[in-house]
Amino acid sequence: MRILVVEDDPILSDGLRAGLSLTGATVDAVETCEDADAALATSRYSAVVLDIMLPDGSGLELLRKLRGRRDATPVLLLTARDSVGDKVSGLDSGADDYLAKPFDLDELAARLRAIVRREGGRAAPAMTHGAIVLSPADLSATVAGEPINLSRREFAILAALMERPEQVRSRAELEERLYGWQEDVESNAVEVHIHNLRNKIGKDAIQTLRGVGYRMGRTQ
Amino acid sequence: MRSLKLRLFAMLVSATGIIWLAAVIWIYVGSRGELEHVLDTRLQEAARMVASLASGFDGLPGSSAPAAVQPLGSYERQLSCQIWSLDGRMVAKSSGAPDQQLSPAASGFSDRIIDGEPWRVFSVEDADHNLRVMVGDRVGLRERLVTDLIKGLMLPALLIAPLLGAAIWASVGQGLRPLRRMAQDLCAREPDDMRHVATDRAPAEVRPLAVALNGLLSRVEAARRHEREVTAFAAHELRTPLAGLKTQAQVALAAEDPQVVRGALEQIVTAVDRSARLVRQLLTIARLDSDTVDAPLAPVAVGPILEEIVAATPRNDRTTVTIDASVRAMVLNTNAECLQLALRNLHENAIQHTREGCVVWTAGRNAIAIEDEGPGIPADELDQIGKRFFRGRLRSPVGSGLGLAIVKLALAKVGAELTISNREGRSGTRSELTFGVRATTGAAA
Repeated sequence: MRILVVEDDPILSDGLRAGLSLTGATVDAVETCEDADAALATSRYSAVVLDIMLPDGSGLELLRKLRGRRDATPVLLLTARDSVGDKVSGLDSGADDYLAKPFDLDELAARLRAIVRREGGRAAPAMTHGAIVLSPADLSATVAGEPINLSRREFAILAALMERPEQVRSRAELEERLYGWQEDVESNAVEVHIHNLRNKIGKDAIQTLRGVGYRMGRTQ
Repeated sequence: MRSLKLRLFAMLVSATGIIWLAAVIWIYVGSRGELEHVLDTRLQEAARMVASLASGFDGLPGSSAPAAVQPLGSYERQLSCQIWSLDGRMVAKSSGAPDQQLSPAASGFSDRIIDGEPWRVFSVEDADHNLRVMVGDRVGLRERLVTDLIKGLMLPALLIAPLLGAAIWASVGQGLRPLRRMAQDLCAREPDDMRHVATDRAPAEVRPLAVALNGLLSRVEAARRHEREVTAFAAHELRTPLAGLKTQAQVALAAEDPQVVRGALEQIVTAVDRSARLVRQLLTIARLDSDTVDAPLAPVAVGPILEEIVAATPRNDRTTVTIDASVRAMVLNTNAECLQLALRNLHENAIQHTREGCVVWTAGRNAIAIEDEGPGIPADELDQIGKRFFRGRLRSPVGSGLGLAIVKLALAKVGAELTISNREGRSGTRSELTFGVRATTGAAA
């Protein structure tokens, strides 16, 4: 999961970045509506964590703008106001979920997983493809019931491919999922991770389409 | 009378009543004169007629004996007629006419009391025939005629009066309907419904009221919005640091990487420091708010206070602070605690906004100014700064939006003013404190 955090308080923003990274997400953080708008226009995010009161305007305005240009990226609002009216106006502006400050980090992560799952059209918390079962809640994976050990990035790549098993994901797309802005991308990182994944879950589990990208192998 | 409807009704009914009464009096007086004239003319004609009739008889039959008085016929007893000889014998009289001579006058009109009743009499003398004719009628009868006339006028009026009253009552009610409609509309509203009352269809008399009401609604709405804003700002400024603390604490608990744990713990320490400052500022505001009396004034040396503040405020290596000699030497007639609060918050603001550059304190006549090299304040936000919890677009990451509110409160207590502007020709903010605003009024009092 690649998450955009829009929050101007440096300590909370830093905490969200560190905390969501622990749950396997790649996090980009911005402080203003303007920067968030630019980030959303250039990169694809699995979800956005959006503070309502930002230095250069209201997060709700940004949300309406986003929905106005038919951007369906799931958005979770963070706000200090927790009256029913505020929640209603937040959700009616196009938000997918709503959390009042101060919140529980685990709850935030769970809600983010839920809205991302819903956006992908899945209701079950675990992702299944043939014998492979991924559980994003605790970053665990099993193949035919046998637990296997995946690194955070291997898990992220496999989850990205299993979100839509039929769809081909380019290397750039996978890199975007793996790395935030601050991180340097190693040139053959994706190939290395795919190689390791094949060793762990089976040679045919992931197909390579030369010059195009990767997708999940066919199931029997 | 508290009811507008009742008052209008009473006014209309009494006005109508007075007009009617005046009309009745007019008619009474007018017809009475007219009637007298008509009846007098009748008396006159009757007298002349009788005189001319009587003159036809030579040697009146009853000239020898009063017993032979002939009845001359009756005018339904309205008129009484007597014929007297000039030597004072009654020759004839109409039936019902009194025996007493009707009038002592030889000719013309006269008023008499006969048998206790007032009479109006006209006499005609005919010397050729040795006759004096007197025709009279009772004034009481005349009065009754006038009274009957007035009664005839009053009776229908009295019958119509209740109908008229009902019509006036209904019209007044109808006329006051716009007011009632407005009241119903206002009564039926939700407490937070601040929509304006429609003024385009309101009658001219109600419109000023509606316009005034709309003005009031606007002001109440503005006050409520301001209150909501402050509450929202306050909630944000108070809950965000708590959210940061909790998140960092949970990161510290969950992370296995010692570097991540350490980073989170350091952030927690910073967050607690910031929260402590926020609490201190909130308590300062609460104290300044509750203390309604002005602070006592005394000569205060500005230099030592400012030096202490500058020394106690941490700043990065790229920022320098200059205190002009004029400030160091300054002595103001003010309150040391309030001055310290104002200077400290302004200094902290300047340091927070100047990432790199110089913060300069200077003094003028009864004024202290501080200039920083920060980003300045967007022009559209200049009138908003100083509002509680308001933080502009170019906010520093550590502020709370309370500093300038405290400065303003503290300065108000010593009769000083704060002016904030952007520096001319370069980026940065200039804050100027002007003292002695109250001192002059205090001296006059």
